[in-house]
Amino acid sequence: MNNSIGNEMYTLHINGQDRPVKDAWVGESLLYVLRERLELPGAKGACEQGECGSCTVIMDGDAVCSCLVMAATAVGADIVTVEGLIENDPSMAVTAQTITSQITDVQQAFIEEGGVQCGFCTPGLIVAVHHLLEKNPEPTELQVKESISGNICRCTGYGRIFAAVEAVVQVRKASR
Amino acid sequence: MSTVKQDTRHRDILGTSALRPDGVAKVTGAFSFSSDMWAENMLWGATLRSPHPYARIISIDTTAALLISGVSAVITAQDVPGKATYGLISADQPVFASDFVRYMGEPIAAVAADHPETCRRALAAIIVNYEVLTPVVDPELAMLATTEQIHPDGNLIRHQHILHGEAHITSDITVEGNYTIGMQDQAFLGLEAAMAFPDSGGNGVELHIATQWLHEDRGQIAACLNLPEDSVRVVLGGVGGAFGAREDISLQVHCCLLALRTGRPIKMQYSREESFFGHVHRHPAKIWMKHHATKEGKIVKVESRMVFDGGAYTSTSPAVLINGITHTQGPYQCDNAVVDGYAVRTNNPPCGAMRGFGVVQACFAHESQMDKLAHACGLSPVEVRLINAMHTGDKLITGQVMESVAPVERCIRETDLIPLPAPLALDANVLEFPGGSGRTADRHNIVRGIGWGVSMKNLMYSEGFDDYATARCTLSNGIASLKFATSEVGQGFVTLAPQIARSVLGVDDVVLETSDTQIGSAGSTSASRQTWMSGGAVDGACRLVRERLFEHVGRLHNIDPIRLMIEHTDVIDTIGTFRISVTQATQGITLSETFEHHHRKTEDLDENGQGNCHVAFAFVAHRAVVDVDIELGLVKVVQVATAQDVGRVLNPLSALGQLEGGIAQGLGLAVMEEIILDNGRVKNPSFTDYLLPTALDAPHVVAIMIEEPEPQAPLGAKGIGEPPCISVTPAIVAAIRAATGKALSRVPVRPQDICL
Ligand code: FES
Ligand code: FES
Repeated sequence: MNNSIGNEMYTLHINGQDRPVKDAWVGESLLYVLRERLELPGAKGACEQGECGSCTVIMDGDAVCSCLVMAATAVGADIVTVEGLIENDPSMAVTAQTITSQITDVQQAFIEEGGVQCGFCTPGLIVAVHHLLEKNPEPTELQVKESISGNICRCTGYGRIFAAVEAVVQVRKASR
Repeated sequence: MSTVKQDTRHRDILGTSALRPDGVAKVTGAFSFSSDMWAENMLWGATLRSPHPYARIISIDTTAALLISGVSAVITAQDVPGKATYGLISADQPVFASDFVRYMGEPIAAVAADHPETCRRALAAIIVNYEVLTPVVDPELAMLATTEQIHPDGNLIRHQHILHGEAHITSDITVEGNYTIGMQDQAFLGLEAAMAFPDSGGNGVELHIATQWLHEDRGQIAACLNLPEDSVRVVLGGVGGAFGAREDISLQVHCCLLALRTGRPIKMQYSREESFFGHVHRHPAKIWMKHHATKEGKIVKVESRMVFDGGAYTSTSPAVLINGITHTQGPYQCDNAVVDGYAVRTNNPPCGAMRGFGVVQACFAHESQMDKLAHACGLSPVEVRLINAMHTGDKLITGQVMESVAPVERCIRETDLIPLPAPLALDANVLEFPGGSGRTADRHNIVRGIGWGVSMKNLMYSEGFDDYATARCTLSNGIASLKFATSEVGQGFVTLAPQIARSVLGVDDVVLETSDTQIGSAGSTSASRQTWMSGGAVDGACRLVRERLFEHVGRLHNIDPIRLMIEHTDVIDTIGTFRISVTQATQGITLSETFEHHHRKTEDLDENGQGNCHVAFAFVAHRAVVDVDIELGLVKVVQVATAQDVGRVLNPLSALGQLEGGIAQGLGLAVMEEIILDNGRVKNPSFTDYLLPTALDAPHVVAIMIEEPEPQAPLGAKGIGEPPCISVTPAIVAAIRAATGKALSRVPVRPQDICL
């Protein structure tokens, strides 16, 4: 989108691809650029100050609040958003069916265990839980609670989210 | 053999934990929330808000803002072509303030520009001259005739008196108290957002909006735009939670006005800070309550005076007030009552609907009273509640007879049977201590307490309001499609509606059409009403289609339709000689029916607060276990046990999610959540300063759902959304009292209330 206040040009590396950003205002957050410039609206904004976790993405292996990152400073970083968790086969059209067959075990567990209500917190939580389980495949209940305590969910009261994480941990454990 | 296959095949019918149809989209980030919309050529909209709680506007100068490159429009009150005000019950709130601002954050102007930052700069360039006035912020003072009336409609929004039985009767024991309830925010995660598309020619507009009630929005928007209602199409945008905060108009009119003015699509979305100013909150209330009881603990009379601070504009205050005062008795028998309730206008932020709607406030008072009564009579919290428990057939203090199934005793007894949690281990992880990850608590200062809360909540709208719901079902080639204007806000109606269709019609494939105003109203997603009302409408429409299907099959196969029924996915006759699959039976035909579900009529209250004003009721008991650091005043809610009267469980997984989610919100009001005001100014409009329960604050919830089908309810199911958040708050506070011995008469309980 052309606008009157910015003409920055830079390239971000997101979900394995180089994504050029044009005519941007330098004050834009990574969250804004993902959502409004790069057609990646999966990360959500709900507080713009690092309190809710809805905007969580992975940057160089760390889970970060994309609302707190200036997009122009993320040049050179390896960024993964919720959209990048699904292994898209580019030869296949993206339909409900192909997506369903490709969603991750964490995503599947959130659906099956009732961890999703309005779903606004969900993408951030999905990213956070993937990140947690990568670093710590068998977290204790308290470790799960602590690691997602930066992701606010107003709908579920967290019970079904804990159940979803627990289900993934058990299935992964059994298949190891 | 095929029958056997069908018998064992899992079908997502009523009673199963069918999964959300929007689940995949929501976990992958593909679900489109209203804030995710984008359009070619769109502009951003933003709102200028008052920095003062009360001031006279002397002048507004928009010249400089309009000169900023990238700004397309700046609009103020004089640009509103239709009605200058809106409101759910009384249209007393200006679209834009023009003479006075009556609360901090009141909209004054709106801008459209090419970038959110350009919008911010344009807002900063609008010059408003104010004569700052002293705000009226104390409702007790505000309601006096001698106080300055801050609105032409006056400061007293509503007063209602209840007199039931004998006013002057007394008894052996009296207990009384003054209780304060703080201002809670709904704090849905998905901020207010909308996109408006102007019709070419500017004679109409299409608004995609996260709302609770499409038709109500449309009526209010159309009036302000001076357009016929059918020139305003309102489409449900993806909703990130609601909890009452999307019942009132926020950015709807502003967004449409900007779209019509610029001829371009307008995207508006609030920031979190703006959201705190942009929607109504839970009413803060002050309640005096006095119970008269026999020595045995049987309630004889309840007296109360309730004052609800409505803030600057009416919103739903009159209805919240009625809910509050008509629930003074709680889920207990009571033959005599004298109650006065006042909803008052002040220069505080406007208050309106939030989950629990007036009953939350009354319940904190009556449950605190029940514990005082127990203490005075030497009874346990459980005993005093069982002695007084309400039953079906009892008369309420409004004179209305309790016709709903009322398993109050069962709720209490079954909650009581839930095992208590193990004591805090000596070597417990510090994360389990009060104070959580801050490592602030000392193990030796941690004391455990247990407390109770029981509540009654009305379902649907009251006082003669016909909040009907409409649905259409179309069946063709074995696929049912459903159309309704019901707002899915996260509660799971999109899961339930297909379950109903599958159960009634024997189909598996159900398509949900867009929720918009191209069909009759569904009423609001509030008051725990959509399962009953829109569920009833979907059920009704599906049943009409099923009748048509039986007629069609009967005609073709020469069978009396009365002998036909659905078994699994087949139409069969009752003697088992005929069977055809629904898919086959509907090849090449289309059957479509629309149904409106109305609940039974209710009436207004008379001057003594008597009348059949409510439709139905649901009940719940909560028992809370807390650990309190008595030195630092920190609280950890360890466990909440609950048994809830649900009528019938239609989807166990969704139902549990409602119970757990509601409990977390009630916990928030008990110990964390409060909008702090200083002379009308909001001091904490952010998630840094307004604290919400996190994963570490979540208690272990043990829930029992009591299934005694409600004969009045179309599916036998009561609404379950509100009850979970109501009595859990007093239960937690009672547990803190038990641990600390402090009186604690206000919520939220703050550390200083415990340790100072
Ligand atoms: S929007 Fe980034 S943490 Fe809330
Ligand atoms: S599901 Fe609504 S905020 Fe988590």
